[in-house]
Amino acid sequence: MQQEIKDFILMMADNSMILGHRLGEWCGHGPVLEQDIALTNIALDIIGEARNYYAYLAELEGKKEDDYPMLRNERLFKNVLLVEQSNGNWGDTMMRQFMFDCWHYFHLEQMTNSRDERLGAIAKKSIKEANYHLSFSSKWVIRLGDGTEESHQKMQNALDSLLPYFDEFFIPSDFESYCYNEGINPDLNIVKTKAKTKFNEVIDLATLSLPQNIFTKKGGKSGIHSEHLGFILTEMQYLQRAYPGVTW
Amino acid sequence: MRDWPLYEIFIRSKNGLNHKHVGSLHASDPQMAIQNARDVYTRRNEGVSIWVVEANHITASNPDDAEVLFDPATDKIYRHPTFYELPEALKHM
Repeated sequence: MQQEIKDFILMMADNSMILGHRLGEWCGHGPVLEQDIALTNIALDIIGEARNYYAYLAELEGKKEDDYPMLRNERLFKNVLLVEQSNGNWGDTMMRQFMFDCWHYFHLEQMTNSRDERLGAIAKKSIKEANYHLSFSSKWVIRLGDGTEESHQKMQNALDSLLPYFDEFFIPSDFESYCYNEGINPDLNIVKTKAKTKFNEVIDLATLSLPQNIFTKKGGKSGIHSEHLGFILTEMQYLQRAYPGVTW
Repeated sequence: MRDWPLYEIFIRSKNGLNHKHVGSLHASDPQMAIQNARDVYTRRNEGVSIWVVEANHITASNPDDAEVLFDPATDKIYRHPTFYELPEALKHM
């Protein structure tokens, strides 16, 4: 299989894996019990999706599923910068999640038609979960944005600081362009239009205002990450690095 | 969050069965109550439908009235349909 296709599968996997790890950091720290459970549910959903991609790659390359998340260094991760950003407060986490979900849902929707049957099947399985995630995070963004003066301000701050990371999803890397031409990756313009329509609709209901003249930050797809990823991997990979091959 | 009302949660485990009370939780609004209930009470395939009702909308009988309300029924066995001869064709009665 072409390297570009493998890179695309890795990007899909790493996006879900790294965000899943970030959400896992909330475990035991959620504002109330129910939200704690809700967030770890979402974390498990997307880590489960990531596992499906890693397992697919492992079959193709004769490796083990764990080799990808646990034994690669940060320059080899292809996730976008958004998913590695810190959890911040609950509002920051919900805004980050909402941006991810807007992309994720519509990307999966298009990917159900992928010429790669395995990827199409993963998309069909995961899109139900992604649909729920999108509804969950949308409601929180609206609830807090259109909430009290304090919650509104916190959501506006979250939007201002995270918006520069949103567009990286929709700027095709070389491997995505290749996969698009092969009918494997969806047309990111379609994904972008649908995701932005949903995004703007919710931001509007949340009474938030979109900052103007933002500078899009990118690089994750080609392995150029923000300072956070190294710290995430240090924690996430500790066990496999310290005790190679350990199982439980 | 301390002002979040309490919601009583009812789950229908299968189509055709009735909703059953399973517990209660706090939420800021009914939509959140449904999502919370989904995550807390249906994560192991327990349900196909959820009802949430704000607890203060439920009017309950007073336990002190139990004698007055329910005791009179105990000696009225003729209210149970056990004295009828059922046709063979009727099953599950």
